[in-house]
Amino acid sequence: MLGFSIRSLWNRRFVAGLTVLAIALSVALILGVERLRDSARDSFANSAVGIDLIVAPRGNSVQILMSTVFGVGGTGTGMAWESFEWLEDRPEVAWAVPIQMGDNHRGYPVIGTDAAYFEHFRHSNGKPLALAAGAFFTEAGADSAVVGAEVAARFGYAPGAVIINAHGSGEVSFDLHDDAPFTISGVLAPTGTAVDRMVFVTLEGFDALHTKEASPSADPLDSAAMSAGGHEEPDGHQGHDNHEDHSDNEGEEARHGHEPDRINAVYLGLSDRTNVLGLQRAINDRTSEPLSAVLPAVALAELWEITGTAETVMRLMAWAVAFTGMIGMVVMLSATLETRRREFAILRSVGASPPHIFGLIVTEAAVLTAAGLALGLFLLALATLVADPFLSARFGLRLGFNFFGVRELATIAAIFCAGLVASLIPAIRVYRMTLADGLSVRI
Amino acid sequence: MTALQIENLAYRWPSAQHDTLGIGSLSLDAGESLFLHGPSGCGKSTLLSAIAGVVAVPRDAVRVAEQDIGTLRGGARDRFRADHIGMIFQVFNLIPWLSALENVLLPCTYSLRRRDRAGDKPAETANRLLDELGLSGPALTSKSANELSVGQQQRVAAARALIGRPDLILADEPTSALDEMSKSAFVDLLARECAAAGTALLFVSHDRSLERHFDRTVDFRDLNRGAL
Repeated sequence: MLGFSIRSLWNRRFVAGLTVLAIALSVALILGVERLRDSARDSFANSAVGIDLIVAPRGNSVQILMSTVFGVGGTGTGMAWESFEWLEDRPEVAWAVPIQMGDNHRGYPVIGTDAAYFEHFRHSNGKPLALAAGAFFTEAGADSAVVGAEVAARFGYAPGAVIINAHGSGEVSFDLHDDAPFTISGVLAPTGTAVDRMVFVTLEGFDALHTKEASPSADPLDSAAMSAGGHEEPDGHQGHDNHEDHSDNEGEEARHGHEPDRINAVYLGLSDRTNVLGLQRAINDRTSEPLSAVLPAVALAELWEITGTAETVMRLMAWAVAFTGMIGMVVMLSATLETRRREFAILRSVGASPPHIFGLIVTEAAVLTAAGLALGLFLLALATLVADPFLSARFGLRLGFNFFGVRELATIAAIFCAGLVASLIPAIRVYRMTLADGLSVRI
Repeated sequence: MTALQIENLAYRWPSAQHDTLGIGSLSLDAGESLFLHGPSGCGKSTLLSAIAGVVAVPRDAVRVAEQDIGTLRGGARDRFRADHIGMIFQVFNLIPWLSALENVLLPCTYSLRRRDRAGDKPAETANRLLDELGLSGPALTSKSANELSVGQQQRVAAARALIGRPDLILADEPTSALDEMSKSAFVDLLARECAAAGTALLFVSHDRSLERHFDRTVDFRDLNRGAL
């Protein structure tokens, strides 16, 4: 019966092919939307492991999370170094990592931090950062930089390479810090998180960018070289001009090497995580500087709440497309019934019973749906292959070729069953038709 | 053995005003061929449907291979038809997208009895039948059915009716789409193959020129006296 159905469909391969394509697209869409959503959530959740609190200038918690952990979006005005020291000295705090932001390297965010970052940052269920090559910040160099796996792969960076950063966060910038180059000291192993897309420099190096500034030019386009390659622009810089050399406290200098005037955020780890809410309140209530302490998990939950509506809409649309595909199949099977009456009568005359012909239609639908599912999975894999570099470069999302999760299998099974149920409409019609027609071959 | 036995068969289509069939008696021995002629629209096709068990007939009216068709229900009638009856229609007998050979083998997929009786290798038997009916060589038999001429299609249909030596073949005006020459040759071949296989043949046509190929001739109007 299966072979017979396949032959029969092959005889109508053009229409059958279109039907399969419609189902395939809907399958790819449904699973694609789910995968995108899952990988976004995984990637985000994996990026914020191990940080108990993120402290930044007073602001929206989602925005703080996005800008600090994912390097997406702008940062606030900055917070005073004194606040960092105050946080660091709190008894609840086990470790504190300062974060400076606002520069980019060829579109990838540049983070100014200290060696403690590499020590305390965790990703993907608590794995520490590992080096693929080289070392973390070296003793000697304030100009050392550590690059994420993807940055290294994209530009072919290896330890020893010299890189130049730019101000702001756009991929094309006219505002290059080419007077303050960095030497790559290490390349991180891939983590599948936003860290892969980041460039880490020392606090001192980050500040060094902004000290050697002359007066800002009136019109940046005046002197800016338009091409990304040939940048000759020593003094187009307009930010971070609030830096003073900060060496009044020798003891603190020894601990942190270099103390910037202002930083953008602080990652905190607590010695006892049960104190997290108390500390959060203490930070939020601090009067000397308005700060926000963000619980990454809570901020993520808020983010999902915001994106939840869009996700639901996307999912509804994907299922609507699937529904359309199913209708297309029913239309195709039903439309051909009239012209196939003769075929059914012949089958009846050689001994096929009406239930058998009923089964034939259901089998055809099963074959179409199964082919649609197979093609859909193939299209999805293809789309993943094509979109993966773009998605990971732009958003740090890795789709990957994961094995099917339980939910995906359930989705596939649901689509298959929907195909069978949909086929009952033409199958019941054909059952009645063959009973009424009998053997009289009508044209 | 009697291939077909009809006694007092009355049949009326569900929406009809009066009986279409009112047949007193008709019987056909194994291997016997009968030419049943009559004008179009007089109920010949209805009779064939009744014999084939496509329409519900009363008990004790129609027996095929000594089985009362009226006692069989639904699926059992379909199975019985597949096992014991071969059919040839006027035109469009074949599944267009199957090859000639596959069309011939169709009854063997629906009936174990026909497959058993088609020998150890049904495909060989099918090829032999096609060969005897003048369709030889893989070039012809592997062609899909809609590429064959009408005459060739009818011969494929005959081979399909014959395979697995059913007890009875019902032929409903199978020659009406053929020209004079092929008509005679086709009927001659069909009658001979039926005789060789021991299969009874009930051949329905309005064309009396074919009469000479058959053992017996019956005028349907004489037979169907009971109908109003």
